[in-house]
Amino acid sequence: MIESILEQQRPQLEVRNVSVTFGTQQVLRNIQLSIPAGQTLVVLGESGCGKTVLMKTLIGLVVPTRGEVLFEGENLADLDDRELSQLRLRYGFVFQNAALFDSMTIAQNIAFPLKQEGRWSSAEVREKVLAKLAEVGLPPEVIYKKPAQLSGGMRKRVGLARALIMNPDVILYDEPTTGLDPIMTDVINQLIIRTRRRNPVTSVIVTHNMDTARRVPDRVVMLYPLTRLDPDEPQTVFDGPPGELDQCRDRRVRQFVNGEAGQRLMEMLASSQSTETIGF
Amino acid sequence: MRFQNAAWSSELPVSTALPVEPAPQAEPQRGWLDPLLDWLAGWGELVLETFAAIGDFSLFFFRTLVWLFTRFPRFETLWPNFHQVGVSSLPVIALTGTFIGMVLAVQSYYQFRQLGLETRLGAVINMSLVRELGPVLAATMLAGRVGSSMAAELGTMRVTEQIDALSAMGANPIRYLVVPRFLACFLLIPLLTIMADFMGVAGGHFYSVMVLGIDMHHYWFNSALFVGPYDIFVGIFKSVFFGSAIAMVSCYQGFHCSAGAEGVGRAATASFVYSFVLILFLDLVLGIVLDAIYFTLFPEGARLF
Repeated sequence: MIESILEQQRPQLEVRNVSVTFGTQQVLRNIQLSIPAGQTLVVLGESGCGKTVLMKTLIGLVVPTRGEVLFEGENLADLDDRELSQLRLRYGFVFQNAALFDSMTIAQNIAFPLKQEGRWSSAEVREKVLAKLAEVGLPPEVIYKKPAQLSGGMRKRVGLARALIMNPDVILYDEPTTGLDPIMTDVINQLIIRTRRRNPVTSVIVTHNMDTARRVPDRVVMLYPLTRLDPDEPQTVFDGPPGELDQCRDRRVRQFVNGEAGQRLMEMLASSQSTETIGF
Repeated sequence: MRFQNAAWSSELPVSTALPVEPAPQAEPQRGWLDPLLDWLAGWGELVLETFAAIGDFSLFFFRTLVWLFTRFPRFETLWPNFHQVGVSSLPVIALTGTFIGMVLAVQSYYQFRQLGLETRLGAVINMSLVRELGPVLAATMLAGRVGSSMAAELGTMRVTEQIDALSAMGANPIRYLVVPRFLACFLLIPLLTIMADFMGVAGGHFYSVMVLGIDMHHYWFNSALFVGPYDIFVGIFKSVFFGSAIAMVSCYQGFHCSAGAEGVGRAATASFVYSFVLILFLDLVLGIVLDAIYFTLFPEGARLF
């Protein structure tokens, strides 16, 4: 009884003290994050603050320099190549620019994870692919096309269908609405909400779109670029429900929420002047 | 626990205040030894980076071998690569082989005629073809035609996150992308070398016998006297190493491609340059080793008649 309660309490994903450094540049510093099963989390922050890197550590595409990432209590670093590949079938990853394989048709792209798992007949695969296409609102004709023949919004929806085809436990969305028109942005937001409503899935959405951040998640975490922080300041500047975003009094959060340049313009001017004096 | 950083919800000075322009400072005094030390440090960095890159490359090669021997790649990933490496490269390799055979005849004919040794041309042309030019030329063409395109293709996949997507969907990119390309180069380059050899021999024969009018019987008699099965084996054996080098260098360059069109272009160029250097280096090393083996087995081997 107690064990089953503990089981439920155990977070789906846990990030413990993760730091990531590329070469000499530190991108993430001592990130602590615990994501319970079924939660929809938005990771907010300006470009270059390490959101995407954080998301890639969640699936083991980026290995943390320090700290550990746990999936249902299991440390990703302890898994060998094959176990990690197996575990990754329980994730769905929606890439920023869809990352569809150009050499394959849309149908082959969406069916890729199923083929990888390898226990479905071709009729079942076809049926599932068509069902997922309908779910993201694409006509069945597109299955014979190549990714290059589709528009950006359609490609993103194909990417979404591909991520959803395995009915994953965790879906990671990397900037799902970036580069889309407002209508398509709303379509994607609705699709994310609908996906969560249909099956209890844990979602992590990296975005800088305030519309997504206000409407989609249960919880918002905001990261701040390390270059703008003192060495002892925490990188997570906000962690709470989306409703509290607008009440937050932290200047950095307010600036982001309201989209104010603040001092940035002056800094840019100052740096451009200093480069002039160097003689560029 | 909602607000982990409650301290931050109060107004605090933002750390990103306007940077104060640094006052112009006098250049720090530099000792006479400093430029030398800088030079030394620069070299040290270069050496370290080179060693790190070689280590990284070896690890990449090792992982490819591990995947090759633990789980065979799917056939649908193999065929396109075999087609690309084998079938599509055949015409260009046959053509260059033919020309190099004829060029050899053109270049050596006059020297040999002055000595009255035209009929020895067969031995010279065919020996250089099967031992050196056939395999090296086939490998060079493969590096240029297939190697750079592999690097560009994998580089584009890296830049557009397709390689990450493969990993994210439970497919190992090395097993899925590198192993098939490695196998295609490894298994097919001997066949391409045989093609280059054959066409070179045919081209040499055509120019020597048909154009220069050398006696066909003696041309071939001399060839048979000097060119033995071991020479043909040496050429084909070396080509296997060349093919592996091309595949590994190109895939490595593609996998470690930097962002943007420039990065992809650089990966394609670098893959050809490094492959070519490695082909010649391996050619030298293998030439020395194989000769040593030959003379150990047949000590009387180096004879003129």
